[in-house]
Amino acid sequence: MKVTLGSRFGIGILSLLFSVSIVATSFAQAGADSAAGAQPAAAAAAPAAGGAGGDIAAGEAVFNANCKQCHAFNEVVVGPALAGAVGRWPSEAALAKFIKYPQKVIDGGDPYAKGLYEKYKQYMPNHDFLSDADISNVIAYIKKGPTEPAATAATAGAPGAEAAATAGGGVDGGAFNIVLGILLLVLVIVLIVLILMVNILTRAVNNNDSIPAEDKAFIQQKTNFGAFFLSPAFKTFVIVVGVFFLAKAGYDRVYAVGIQQGYAPKQPIAFSHKLHAGMYEIDCNYCHIGVNKGKRATIPSVNICMNCHNAIKTKSPEIQKIWRAVRTNQPIEWVRVHNLPDLAYFNHAQHVKVGGVECQACHGDVQNMEVIKQHSTLTMGWCINCHRQTSVKAEGNAYYDKLLYLHKQQTKREMKVADIGGLECSKCHY
Amino acid sequence: MSQDTIYWRSFEELTNHPEFIKDSLREFNIPSPTELEQAQAPDRRDFLKKVGFGLSAAALASCEAPVRKVIPFLANPDNVDYSNANWYASSYMLDGEYCAILVKTKAGRPIKIEGNKLSSVTRGGTSVRVQASVLGLYDNSRYVKPQIDKKNATWQQVDEALAAAVKTGKRTVLVTPSMPSPSFEALVARMQAAIPGFEHVVYDALPASGIIKANKESFGQAVVPSYDFSKANTVVSFDADFLGTWLSPVEFSRAWARTRKLGPNNKRISKLFVVEPLMSLTGANADQRIMAKGSALGSHVAALYNAVMARTGGSARAVVAGVDQKAIDKMADDLVANRGRSVVVAGSNDPAQQTLVNGINFALGNYGTTINLNTPVRTKQGTEEGIAGVLAGLENGSIGTVLFYNTDPVYTHPQGAALKAALKNATGVSLDSAPTDTADACKIVAAAHHYLESWNDFEPKTGFFSLQQPAISPLFETRQAEDTLLKLAGVGETYYDFVRATWRSRVFPQQTEYKGFNQFWNYALHDGIFEVGRPSLRGKDFAPNGTGDADERYEYLSLSGTAPAAFAGNVGSAMSAVTGQAAGQGLELVLYPLMGMMAGVQGNNPMLLEFPDPISRVTWENYVTLAPTKAVELGVSLAEGRTSLVKLKVGGKELTMPAIVQPGQEKNTIGLAVGYGRTVVGEAGKGVGQNAFPFVNLSGGFQSYVVSGVSVENTKEEYMLGHVQTSHTNAGRPVIQEATLAEYQKNPTAGREFPMITTPDGKMKPTDLSLWKTEVNKRPNHAWGMVIDLNSCIGCGACVVGCNVENNVAVVGKQEVVNRREMHWLRIDRYYSSTKTREENATNEELETAAENPRVTFQPMMCQQCNNAPCETVCPVLATTHSTEGLNQMTYNRCIGTRYCANNCPYKVRRFNWFSYPQNKENFPTNPANDPLTRMVLNPDVTVRARGVMEKCTFCIQRIQDGKLTAKKDGRRPVDGEIVTACAQACPTEAIIFGDMNDPNSRVQLAIKEQYSERAFRVLEEYNTRPNVSYLTKIRNA
Repeated sequence: MKVTLGSRFGIGILSLLFSVSIVATSFAQAGADSAAGAQPAAAAAAPAAGGAGGDIAAGEAVFNANCKQCHAFNEVVVGPALAGAVGRWPSEAALAKFIKYPQKVIDGGDPYAKGLYEKYKQYMPNHDFLSDADISNVIAYIKKGPTEPAATAATAGAPGAEAAATAGGGVDGGAFNIVLGILLLVLVIVLIVLILMVNILTRAVNNNDSIPAEDKAFIQQKTNFGAFFLSPAFKTFVIVVGVFFLAKAGYDRVYAVGIQQGYAPKQPIAFSHKLHAGMYEIDCNYCHIGVNKGKRATIPSVNICMNCHNAIKTKSPEIQKIWRAVRTNQPIEWVRVHNLPDLAYFNHAQHVKVGGVECQACHGDVQNMEVIKQHSTLTMGWCINCHRQTSVKAEGNAYYDKLLYLHKQQTKREMKVADIGGLECSKCHY
Repeated sequence: MSQDTIYWRSFEELTNHPEFIKDSLREFNIPSPTELEQAQAPDRRDFLKKVGFGLSAAALASCEAPVRKVIPFLANPDNVDYSNANWYASSYMLDGEYCAILVKTKAGRPIKIEGNKLSSVTRGGTSVRVQASVLGLYDNSRYVKPQIDKKNATWQQVDEALAAAVKTGKRTVLVTPSMPSPSFEALVARMQAAIPGFEHVVYDALPASGIIKANKESFGQAVVPSYDFSKANTVVSFDADFLGTWLSPVEFSRAWARTRKLGPNNKRISKLFVVEPLMSLTGANADQRIMAKGSALGSHVAALYNAVMARTGGSARAVVAGVDQKAIDKMADDLVANRGRSVVVAGSNDPAQQTLVNGINFALGNYGTTINLNTPVRTKQGTEEGIAGVLAGLENGSIGTVLFYNTDPVYTHPQGAALKAALKNATGVSLDSAPTDTADACKIVAAAHHYLESWNDFEPKTGFFSLQQPAISPLFETRQAEDTLLKLAGVGETYYDFVRATWRSRVFPQQTEYKGFNQFWNYALHDGIFEVGRPSLRGKDFAPNGTGDADERYEYLSLSGTAPAAFAGNVGSAMSAVTGQAAGQGLELVLYPLMGMMAGVQGNNPMLLEFPDPISRVTWENYVTLAPTKAVELGVSLAEGRTSLVKLKVGGKELTMPAIVQPGQEKNTIGLAVGYGRTVVGEAGKGVGQNAFPFVNLSGGFQSYVVSGVSVENTKEEYMLGHVQTSHTNAGRPVIQEATLAEYQKNPTAGREFPMITTPDGKMKPTDLSLWKTEVNKRPNHAWGMVIDLNSCIGCGACVVGCNVENNVAVVGKQEVVNRREMHWLRIDRYYSSTKTREENATNEELETAAENPRVTFQPMMCQQCNNAPCETVCPVLATTHSTEGLNQMTYNRCIGTRYCANNCPYKVRRFNWFSYPQNKENFPTNPANDPLTRMVLNPDVTVRARGVMEKCTFCIQRIQDGKLTAKKDGRRPVDGEIVTACAQACPTEAIIFGDMNDPNSRVQLAIKEQYSERAFRVLEEYNTRPNVSYLTKIRNA
């Protein structure tokens, strides 16, 4: 087979394009990975930063921690919708008393409270652990209504968000792919135009008699593809590339041993995080009670499910499984999704309570997962990478005062986890 | 240390035994795998096997990870979360030993016992027995159900059988060890009222009945008094091992060690004289130690009585022969100079000796100061008559039912065999939780709870109350013994209600602080203790809240009693009694309890069985101890654990046992430990040692551990002992630094070595020389450090077992100890020393004289966490590295097992996993990690190490990390004392201080600052390893 110089040039450009796109795609993937971590972190950081009125913001926090599981503003969840609820009560003091001791107020004969009880057929639990200030904050918040999402512009407060932003360069993965596609298209057009131009020029040269014969011969010379493919250079190239790809595939395969990224086993109960964490925005901490306390976030015990499900959707076959567990006194055997080897020590409280890392930074968009799945690789490289990139949430924690002072003496750079021994073996292996 | 002092760790080292020299050059005294391989060249089949294994291993590794389940609670109990520990204050009361404890539970499982610092009795100290007792809960030999005639039964059947048994019209006897429990006493009263012919007999395997009898005669009070060693400047002990096994060792160790602390502001320490036939832990810590035959102890007491009387104006008696009068005079001078601030104790059960001791103490005015009759010790109430009456009653058939609770007289009583035979005449009922020889002879086994599953209360000393609460729900279908007894007495309430009722009526009225009982009860349960007359404990928590000594932090209650008006003991008859038994020339057997086993109650505890005895350093059995001269006479030599079996004959009984050579033993005395050789016991204790209790001498009506008419012969049969002492050698390097008090008072650095290195530029300090250019590691955050005071370390070993339990240290069994593969991260090296120059051509005789009564030094040795660590530089895979907190980190998952680090460690503290101990029940049946039940004791925060990796002390990194996290969560720095290692926590004498050297107010930093120019030294300073562990020189009051 014979082709012209033009086509040879074209092949060169095409192969160049090919390699560029490979590199670009892998960069795009890296960007997308980090960005996936960045997005939820940024979004989740928002509520903390939003709200100007002190007591309303505080009230929102109290509401989210204690009320949200059963109350929404415009919708009946377990208890009544709260929009305009403050106005329905004779006085705020009466409401405050009701929040604290509902059963007492209902039994005390308050007509409105009695009406509520008859309508909803259950008592709200006592909230006597809330201070009076907390309750008035909550009432202020209820009066004002839910904060508009737009009002809470994200300010990069959480270190998790910031780290991810630095890593991904703030580029959105999807947009990057589109730009790449357009670039590729433009390059293909340029190639076609070039080939056309080469053809036109060749033809023009051929028709031009003033060009010396040897030059013409050069121009008209045909490429011998058979010889090209059989040439030692090409063979070597093919072998080198082949070995490289095989090695890469093998390497990836070996490194994937024991990595369960994407693992989403079927659970005994079809629990949906999308519904609970996404739609109803139940705080992760409400069910995973250990997350701020210790090593394990803990899978919620049945009594936590029952806080709501003794009233909600009790007839659903999935909820019936919970009831069965209670009746037969048999705990539910969930399938563990995130498995760390015994040799690695991981503590949730260190990361969530002390480090202020958002759940999504490691667990992904749980609020959008119908079935929970392992989002991250959970490899040591992944841990180390984050420790290198994440700044320590040192401000306001007296434990870090001296370390922060010493760090600031030396550099203006933020104090990363790695700077204070976060890469040392015995931090995780003992 | 004077230049002519020599130190040796074993007799073979002193005599340069050829076996010792051969083995000292090798790591193990068995052929190494390479040597074995060379002997047997690999063939083709081996090659194919290895290839096949490699392929299948690779295939296995690529399999999917197994599905793991996570099972949450149905209803999460309040204040319990999976990952954080819950602590419960409770009490340990076993074998006559009391200790106030805290039980650490994780996810509902008790995993560690620590001392309760609030208690004025034990003050946060623990012993090896206490530390190891948590394993007893998960003992897989425990009864899981009640039994009748060795067949499982229901509780209803047992209750019916019991009710029928006590209605036969015959006597019903309940045999218990001393139960200093107000509620138990009330329970016994209820049983007496409900069951006709009911009796309660207190039987202690190791009784103090001689003291009780003597006090009754001398002062009209049949009690064991309290001793306060912390107020004594001079202590004389006649074979009373008060630091190891006598009465209340944790309390006494703590008190005595307080008088041994030295610093720039305190240049005086107490003086301890010990007269004893065998080398005991107390003798090892003595400033002056006199060897005397067991039968000559009485004449020594008598001689001291005379000498004291001569100096205090009392009437001296006849001159006593056969004693070292010069030594006795020295003692008497010291005692008289410290009148009212001294104490004399005797371990013998002979009332005559005790009467004389009472006389001495009374003459010295020690009552009311160091000895207190007003708050007697209630943990030893047993007398010999009680159990003798039971035996007689069983033999003549007057006893219809006998209940044994937590006691094993068939095994521990000298007439156990007769008791076992006589038990056939009655309904025997055992209220034990695990099989014992006695339970095995009983018809009914009312399987009881372990103490960690039980409610109870104790009053170890009058006015010092202590509660025991369950830290876990019962594991099996067992029932608390007291509940069974309540049911038998027809009391319709649980023992928990019963304890509460007792406290409401007895204890609550003794305080004024709380108005309501419930509030009082809750506080008492939280604290674990209540002490009459002590200022409120509210606000004082278990975690220390400030620097300084625990004694200042907790303001312990120390009661000063009043002296009795007169001493009414019959000195004349006592004198003739003790001098009448003056020693002949014959051989004598002295029985004694070992630190780990005591009377053998925890005979199935693998950690106690593998605990090397502080003196002999032998594990896994008991043995005959021989004085060096006697050993030569018999042709017995102990070299590298290799010894021979000897035949011991006492009366008609004989035993064939391994013998060891014990320096410091009286030459015509043979020692033998009790507490081993139980026949009915779980897997770990089966076939371990032999029972010496039948040799106990009952002839005088009081149990005596000195037995005459003994003969011993060498069978010449070779035997291997699990002897850990010679596992390492220090090749004559000075690792111990010590001085006498007089030297120290003159020069606080006395005894210290200041090594200099000779270089071309002259002599240099080792710290100024380094192969590396790097400076010493920077430690900006924490700098963990430890100071060990050799002066207050008594060598008891509580730290060793505490470390084992905390760090999941593998139990390897006797054969692996023989192979020198014991896994202990922390060992207590015991060194003997004498002032005899080691001459190249010294005769054996000269060396033997040196070994006759050597001085003893204990040195806890664990990873020194060197800042210039030799192990780190030789690891080819960076599995051992340095942290910015000064820790030498060991990363198991990175280790490939080259063992270069262990070879390069000058302290020999690294241990290698030769086997997969955890998944190898076949070869290591005693390892707790091998059984689904026993593995519940493992600490979930510490990796269970796999085969082929190195391990070593981590400074309890998991506790450091946990403490740091707690501080971070609260947004503060850790408080000094909040983070302590398991060894420092376990130490009854506060000899180990751990903390952050970057905290200028931490105790460890203060100790280093204070002692830097005095006693603080680092071991093998000449290597410039810069350890984070400092030792304080040992100062003897010689």
